Amino acid sequence: MIEVTDVARTFTVRRRTGRFRRVRTTVRAVDGMSFTVPRGQFLGYLGPNGAGKSTTIKMLTGILTPSAGSVRVCGLDPSRQRTTLARRIGVVFGQRTTLWWDLPLRDSLALVRRLYRVESAAHRERLDELTALLELGPFLDTPVRQLSLGQRMRGDLAAALLHAPELLILDEPTIGLDVVSKATVRGFLERLNTERGTTILLTTHDLGDIERLCDRVLIVDRGRPVFDGDLPALRARADTGRTLVVDLAEPGPPVDLGGVTVARVAGPRQWLALPPDANPAAVIAALSARYEIRDLALREPDIEEVVARLYQGVVSPAAG
Amino acid sequence: MSVHPWVAWYAFRRHTAYPLGAFTEGLTNTVFGLLRAYILIAVWAERPSLGGYDVTDAVTFCFLTQALLGAVQVFGGMDLTARIRTGDVAIDLYRPVGLLGWWLADDVGRALATLLLRAGPPLLTGAIIFDLRAPSPARAAAFAAAFALAVLVSFALRYLVALAMFWLSDDQGVQMISLVLTLFFSGMVLPLVVFPGALGTAAGWLPWSALIQVPADVYLGKRDVAGALAFQAAWAAALLAAAHLVTRAARHRLVVQGG
Repeated sequence: MIEVTDVARTFTVRRRTGRFRRVRTTVRAVDGMSFTVPRGQFLGYLGPNGAGKSTTIKMLTGILTPSAGSVRVCGLDPSRQRTTLARRIGVVFGQRTTLWWDLPLRDSLALVRRLYRVESAAHRERLDELTALLELGPFLDTPVRQLSLGQRMRGDLAAALLHAPELLILDEPTIGLDVVSKATVRGFLERLNTERGTTILLTTHDLGDIERLCDRVLIVDRGRPVFDGDLPALRARADTGRTLVVDLAEPGPPVDLGGVTVARVAGPRQWLALPPDANPAAVIAALSARYEIRDLALREPDIEEVVARLYQGVVSPAAG
Repeated sequence: MSVHPWVAWYAFRRHTAYPLGAFTEGLTNTVFGLLRAYILIAVWAERPSLGGYDVTDAVTFCFLTQALLGAVQVFGGMDLTARIRTGDVAIDLYRPVGLLGWWLADDVGRALATLLLRAGPPLLTGAIIFDLRAPSPARAAAFAAAFALAVLVSFALRYLVALAMFWLSDDQGVQMISLVLTLFFSGMVLPLVVFPGALGTAAGWLPWSALIQVPADVYLGKRDVAGALAFQAAWAAALLAAAHLVTRAARHRLVVQGG
């Protein structure tokens, strides 16, 4: 569905160095990027601000032309066959809207039908379906400027999907949404991917989106991929193992077990950091032999922390 | 059917969504019309046949141009400018239709809505207080054509100014130059017929005269209709061709602002 091969995109930035002098510097927003996305995949595309995510999306949609390398989307060259491609893909830029600000949502969706030349019957059917799934009914006739952010985002999703695209590209679709709106959007995207088989590329800073939805995670930093794999692989990449949280009967000094370090103590509760290769069952057995345990919980490494480490380059960058 | 008529229709609805605001703008245009009219009457009292106009022509010119200035947007500006500055233009560039055609359709809808809401008050007030010239049906038809071409020329000029945002990080300088040129050379400050000698000749050939002076001359019967429309059409074609080329250039060097 998407093939990106050795793609680079540079921008020339002019900087003032004196009253009339300007120095041209070249900024590499994307540098040596390669990845492929098969049909039906749900890809999470992560990276810190300025990592080149939006630039990549603009190259995938044909708004920007790569400086080097090749991009194929749905078998087409996005920058040369932009119009043909636009009819086959849907795009949502979370911080921007395609909807007409002063007109009811229904009218914007009707314009989308004209824009993508969707047959009237097919349009009605899809509109009914999307209205039900995204719960658009209560605000279809409300001017877009009066919609809440969550309602507007659902409207934008509907607008991007009315022409039944094979590929949906989402640039931070859950940014600024409350938990309920996020859950609606996530549930909808999950169904779209599993039931319709729509390929989805999602960029986000919300790791909840990734954990809930994505088959595969691609993390970029400074224009290059630093991780490519599924969530368990991402967790395994972190050198932090799992954490065992125990509630002892009595507050006391940190427990003394070989190979296990106590990360934190708060009254009777202690946080034990397990090495990545440790067997939790053995640790629990050893612990219960020597201490009275009231309660315990095993925690997976926090995905936020793993990603933060990747962004900071703590985890050695290597192609996954 | 193409999407463009729909874009124009939506723009028309958007610009008629707040009729009260447009009506107050029409009132402002009327007040300034009265001001201009008395100045012109004073000038024509000194020089009764200045530039081939008599005082009735001059006053008609005044209220007619006050009625048109909103529709041909002599004060410049286009929503596209802000969209380029904020990066929202990414949405426009991604659509399966061209940027130029989309915004032209949008502007046609805007011009018709503005004409509908803002032309009435100045013309009506002028006709009540003064003696204005009424055109024959044939002249009225010719004027309608001249107005349509004026909207095209106005759009192309403003679109080119807006696209400059792709190369500049701030548009105030360009907007200011464009505003001064438009006000002065369209005939909005003074009818171009009163400009003396070479300046008057040059002003008559510049594109800005197609916005105000040429339609007004067609209305007043001061100009050969075919020649006037050909002049406007030539500028519209040349400027739209330039707009097309600049759009292509912008796509090539594009930096979408704001990530």
